[in-house]
Amino acid sequence: MNKRTLNNYLGIGILAAFLLMTIGFLVVFLVRMFYKGLPVLSLNFIFRNPREAMTAGGIFPAVAGTFWLTSLAILVAFPLGVLTAIYLSQYGKPRWLVRTVKVAINTLAGTPSIIFGLFGMAVFVNLMGFDVSLLSGSLTLAILAMPMIINATEEAIRGVPNDFSEASLALGATKRQTIMKVVLPTALPSILTGTIISIGRVAGETAPIMFTAATFYSRRLPHNITDEVMALPYHIYALMTEGTKPEAQVPIAYGTALVLLLMVLTISAGAVAIRFSIRRKRKW
Amino acid sequence: MRSYKEKSFQAITYITALTTIVLLMGIIYSLFREGIPLFGKVDVRSFLFTNSWYPTHAEPEFGAWALISGSLIVTVGALVIGIPLGLGSAIFISEIASGRMKEIAKPVIELLAGIPSVVYGLFGMAFLAPLIRQWFHLDTGLNVFSASVILGVMIVPIIASMSEDALSNVPKSIREASLALGSTKIECIFKAVIPAARSGIIGSILLGFGRAIGETMVVLMVSGGSAQIPRNIFASARPLTSTIAAEMGETVMGDLHYQSLFALAILLFAITFITNLITELVFLKRSFR
Repeated sequence: MNKRTLNNYLGIGILAAFLLMTIGFLVVFLVRMFYKGLPVLSLNFIFRNPREAMTAGGIFPAVAGTFWLTSLAILVAFPLGVLTAIYLSQYGKPRWLVRTVKVAINTLAGTPSIIFGLFGMAVFVNLMGFDVSLLSGSLTLAILAMPMIINATEEAIRGVPNDFSEASLALGATKRQTIMKVVLPTALPSILTGTIISIGRVAGETAPIMFTAATFYSRRLPHNITDEVMALPYHIYALMTEGTKPEAQVPIAYGTALVLLLMVLTISAGAVAIRFSIRRKRKW
Repeated sequence: MRSYKEKSFQAITYITALTTIVLLMGIIYSLFREGIPLFGKVDVRSFLFTNSWYPTHAEPEFGAWALISGSLIVTVGALVIGIPLGLGSAIFISEIASGRMKEIAKPVIELLAGIPSVVYGLFGMAFLAPLIRQWFHLDTGLNVFSASVILGVMIVPIIASMSEDALSNVPKSIREASLALGSTKIECIFKAVIPAARSGIIGSILLGFGRAIGETMVVLMVSGGSAQIPRNIFASARPLTSTIAAEMGETVMGDLHYQSLFALAILLFAITFITNLITELVFLKRSFR
């Protein structure tokens, strides 16, 4: 075997090793989370309230809090994101504004989540007087979700062949009718896939809700949007860093993390599966 | 009537598009509004370059150099781990793996991207840190090294998926030409394909950098948290993000400490903003597609 062949195999081996290390980390990570989390997990854990200053009982207020935070955030971000993407991909005039909007979106997408948290605290909590509440937290998370939804929608609309809208316009439909009745319905599955992925992201964010919505301890469920809420990600952080009984808190943190992880992974695996089946069924 | 509906629909999309710019401006404005007053009392240069962060002392000092260097060191550590893993995986998936393997490996890496950072933080704190402490006989495993490992793995999906895109977009003819001239697979990859995908790969690394320096929960939980310049990779660090997250709760709205944390946020925002802008405009050109 000459030197070049040897280098070739060596190179391929090293590249494979890097991929295997990445997958290996994921395996170790998942095994550890399940190994430590599963013994804690039960229906009672998910659907009961915490007891004895978070050292026993369940995490239901956190599950409910994360559900509400995420739902409200997506409820705000989805229409804004889809309409913005329609503007970018369908109207697209003037050119300079499209570029500016795109730079703004990419900047927002790359902005650290703690900065959204500070913005939410300065504007929603203090300036607008919403206080630390479900409302402030969801609005903050909505800003974080918007760039993801815009990018997903734009890409989905870009995937609709021009023939479709041209055929519609040729039949005498207006631009708006074409968008609403041809372009959006065709792009909808991909738009929803992108949105589902952003749901997973939003549900797992901690830094944006630390100062805008989350509280470590609450015995009751949020009753309206001005209440503070518990949330799964913040609960994990708080269990690991606050309190005085780590030996009781760490297992609960693992259990909470497993619930969050299963939620997020199910959501994104679902999205990947939907996308896969769209690609298969698509006839254009 | 019809044209009225048309016009109003267009106007609505136009206005929502403007909200993204308004939001960005609003974020910049609010950071500056809360943070700039600090510089009436603290010199910008001493804020950036002195090393004494004592915001709660009777005579408070706001020298953020230790925090800045903490951020930089942890981020460089993350890149040292994230670049080979991410790029190696991307190259393998794009150039060597068979179609079937690709279909498995790509979603797995996407799955990795969906793991919430606080769960990584828990994993780092409760699993990795004790291991590191044992292996290297340290007092604590909560240090730059542990934080870098976790952050490095976190940015693998970003680097891998974007580099993979860049590599897949290299025309087949370039590979064929290189192979036809007698190059081995590896020579073809490193001398023909990677140079052709260079700008996308650099772009992916810059995005990874931005993600790592802006990540909060992992460094907050795993990097140790002492506001000193880390002397080695097993020292404790307190990056910008974790300083903001850890100390904001102790501040009173509008006091010097509160302002100083917003000033840190301005700095952090400036770093990620500039990185992103360079990435978008020079390396990815996505904004101009």
